[in-house]
Amino acid sequence: MTDRGDGHVGGDGLVPEGVVATMTKKDFTSDQEVRWCPGCGDYAILAAVQGFMPELGIEPDKTVFVSGIGCSGRFTYYMDTYGVHGIHGRAPALATGIATARPDLSTWVVTGDGDALSIGGNHLIHALRRNVNIKILMFNNQIYGLTKGQYSPTSEEGKVTKSTPFGSVDHPFNPIALALGTEASFVARTLDNDRQHLTQVLRQAAAHKGASFVEIYQNCNVFNDGAFDLLREKPQGIHNQIRLEHGKPILFDEDNRCIAVGDNGRLIIANVDDVEPDTIVVHDVHGRPSLAFALAHISHGPTEPTCIGVFREVERPVYGEAMEAQIQMATERLGPGDLVKLLNSGDTWTVS
Amino acid sequence: MPKTVQEKEHVVIRFAGDSGDGMQLTGDRFTNATAVLGNDLATLPDFPAEIRAPAGTVHGVSAFQIQFASEDVTTPGDHPNVLVAMNPAALKAELDSVEKGGTIIVNEDAFIQRNLEKAGYTSDPLADGTLEAYQVYKVPMTAITLRATEHLGITKRDAERSKNMFALGLVSWMYGRPTDVTLNWLESKFGGKKQILEANVAAFKAGYNFGETTELFATTYKVKPAPARPGTYRNVAGAQALAYGLVAASHQAGVPLFYASYPITPASELLHELSRLKNFGVRTLQAEDEIAAANVALGASFAGLLGVTGTSGPGMDLKAETMGLAVALELPMVIVDVQRAGPSTGLPTKTEQGDLLLSMFGRHGESPMPIVAPYSPANCFDAAIEACRIAVKYRTPVILLSDTFLSNSSEPWLIPDVGSLPAIDPNFAAGPNAGDEFMPYLRDEHLARPWAVPGTPGLRHRIGGLEKEDGTGDISYEAANHERMTHLRAAKVEKIADDIPPLPVDDPDGDAELLILGWGSSSGTIRAAARRVRRQGKKVATAHLFHLNPLPRNAGDVVTAYPKVLIPEMNMGQLALLIRGRFLVDARSFTKVQGQPIFADELEAEILKVIG
Ligand code: SF4
Repeated sequence: MTDRGDGHVGGDGLVPEGVVATMTKKDFTSDQEVRWCPGCGDYAILAAVQGFMPELGIEPDKTVFVSGIGCSGRFTYYMDTYGVHGIHGRAPALATGIATARPDLSTWVVTGDGDALSIGGNHLIHALRRNVNIKILMFNNQIYGLTKGQYSPTSEEGKVTKSTPFGSVDHPFNPIALALGTEASFVARTLDNDRQHLTQVLRQAAAHKGASFVEIYQNCNVFNDGAFDLLREKPQGIHNQIRLEHGKPILFDEDNRCIAVGDNGRLIIANVDDVEPDTIVVHDVHGRPSLAFALAHISHGPTEPTCIGVFREVERPVYGEAMEAQIQMATERLGPGDLVKLLNSGDTWTVS
Repeated sequence: MPKTVQEKEHVVIRFAGDSGDGMQLTGDRFTNATAVLGNDLATLPDFPAEIRAPAGTVHGVSAFQIQFASEDVTTPGDHPNVLVAMNPAALKAELDSVEKGGTIIVNEDAFIQRNLEKAGYTSDPLADGTLEAYQVYKVPMTAITLRATEHLGITKRDAERSKNMFALGLVSWMYGRPTDVTLNWLESKFGGKKQILEANVAAFKAGYNFGETTELFATTYKVKPAPARPGTYRNVAGAQALAYGLVAASHQAGVPLFYASYPITPASELLHELSRLKNFGVRTLQAEDEIAAANVALGASFAGLLGVTGTSGPGMDLKAETMGLAVALELPMVIVDVQRAGPSTGLPTKTEQGDLLLSMFGRHGESPMPIVAPYSPANCFDAAIEACRIAVKYRTPVILLSDTFLSNSSEPWLIPDVGSLPAIDPNFAAGPNAGDEFMPYLRDEHLARPWAVPGTPGLRHRIGGLEKEDGTGDISYEAANHERMTHLRAAKVEKIADDIPPLPVDDPDGDAELLILGWGSSSGTIRAAARRVRRQGKKVATAHLFHLNPLPRNAGDVVTAYPKVLIPEMNMGQLALLIRGRFLVDARSFTKVQGQPIFADELEAEILKVIG
């Protein structure tokens, strides 16, 4: 059992029991030169992941990173684990094959907003729906970086890019709401430059049994610099990050503001002083999905106060385990497969 | 009444009726009784594309054809000698294919005004002379079935539904088929539903006795067992043989099979077959789309399982991207393409061989893949094992090109001895291969790279679609390295030719002027047509390609050894294009793209034209 630091103990997703972490960041760092643009948010995420993996107690030999195409896709090469850098958008499908074939492995997917939500949207939603035991880290920088700056499915309306010189007329996805809509069993959001929060969320994602979806706001300082400044940067971040913690009232902005239940049951952002204390929402990751869904919609994007942390965490049957169980059941019921018998099944006749 | 018995060498029967009439089942059961009797046989089911086409219309006709004989049968037959037509639409749809003077058995009760109209008849073909050239038996199948089942207290609808068993009983009597095979099957199928079982048995027996007792039928026919190699046989359809072959390959390799697929006609059969075999450790996954299915299979292979995906043409288009990745990753994987008629949705339930060039070249960049093509339903078993063997030994994706005809058709199969199946050694990497280092792209004598599965201590490595440095597998954008890797990937596939048997040629006198070269499901037609022209004293040679890429080492010698080469295909001449381009021979193409097999008489005529 692992203490998830959120007040309750549990989860046997990817964290083996009773393992003492004797590994270090170095054990997870490959010899490949890291080639993202200087200043890219990906560096911080890589450092956090490499730094946090040893505490999971899973050997790098039993860990697989799978990625797609985009700047995030390179992540795989920098981890000294097993890894596959697949094709655009297909990482969740590749990882489904790996995690289902080998439930003993710790399987991670690193993807981006274009990779996961545009070309790979179908694979993402189905991996989450099936609840495959994979940990999906989606770096959301709200832009296409590797192809040099086109708008992405999370770019805001009106976004001016090379492919939208007059502004984008596309409505963006709300990735958290999308994941919740698939009935994903673990949905969270964190920030690239908040090492502590990022690590905490990763820890919970890893401990979760089944599919974990973690959106990481990631600054692309070349093509979309400052997209998350309101939340990331020091002075204003304090005022605009709405940190979700299970079992606690949702307060932010140095406890001056809160999320409360307004008229006709809608969630609103309000000054603590302006609302009745019993209308302040207490976060519940295991409760009804409607709360998580409402929290996902409290802002229209990272240009307003926005929720970060774990939105939802529930238990559901895990896909690979269910498949293994069927194989076991079939073997018990029908006996272990006998090839000779199989080939001789049905009506046969003998010619002598 | 006493009947005369007439001996026949071969018979072609076509059962046709409305989709809801159970004609596939009837054909299937007749086939099994025929197989058990020891006749050689070949079958061809022919279903409508619509699941529920309007009842009684020509679009809704479902048919099943079987040829059985006391000699070697190579095709389901060109023209039925006997047509069983359960309604006017079936008669209308099938009459043209029946041999002139052939036998037509109709369910007379179905020839009522409303059904005639639905079938598009303006007058009753049973009365207006349409069938003058045929021997027609009008049998009130519905009425007799109802009478035979009335004591069972079942609904009229259920009783009527047993009329296909009446037809089966009647034809079984005509051709002296054993009744116990069918009765035992009914028992095992409907044992739990007593009334339905009894109704079917009663209808079957009524049909059988109707033949025996009425004066309508004066003759029964006898087809003696065909000479066959000693051993135990069963009847097998292509889809089933393919599923068994994949399971056998997994067994031989000691590696669990992981089959991921998206539902598509006609490849879904394979998913259904394999999904039943979970006690063989078979993992099946119905993916969200064709692309996912391919990626799941490839992921499973990376993880150390035998990853297989299956589809038909439209799905092949979508899987091309993943096949390219598999070529770059150099991992074992098998992609089954049960070809159907295209382009696009085309004729989803009809057969074609249109995906050969797609399989050869249908990926961007230089991305060679081995191709194996079964030539008969039972041969799908061997093709599956061979595709897996090549995939595992050479760490490469392999395409297995089946087709609708092979998948649906069946034939007797001499059940192979499991002990004699080829060995497949996964040869998983267990330790470093370059001093203390592990280099994922260091190759063995077959140019195959190590298969190092996650969890193996010390062999951690990262691979991907980006070009890799020879040996280390690190990302490399270096010009000379890319050229070297491109050549290595091509050479690896090419070298498989050292590991496959030479192309066998059937040239009885050794001096034929014409070689008929084929691949895939046209094998039966080619053998039948060759037999016919040889009986006329003509000399022709035949050869059939099982490996399409690489070709057997002697393929060039074979095609250049004959003054004339004829290549019959159910496409616009795809193998012909390859053979002409590769060996600079003036191969002629004979093509048919009607969604159905080439008939032996069509090919016979073409051969006679070519050799003059
Ligand atoms: S383009 Fe943007 S996301 Fe990509 S590496 Fe550069 S800064 Fe990072």
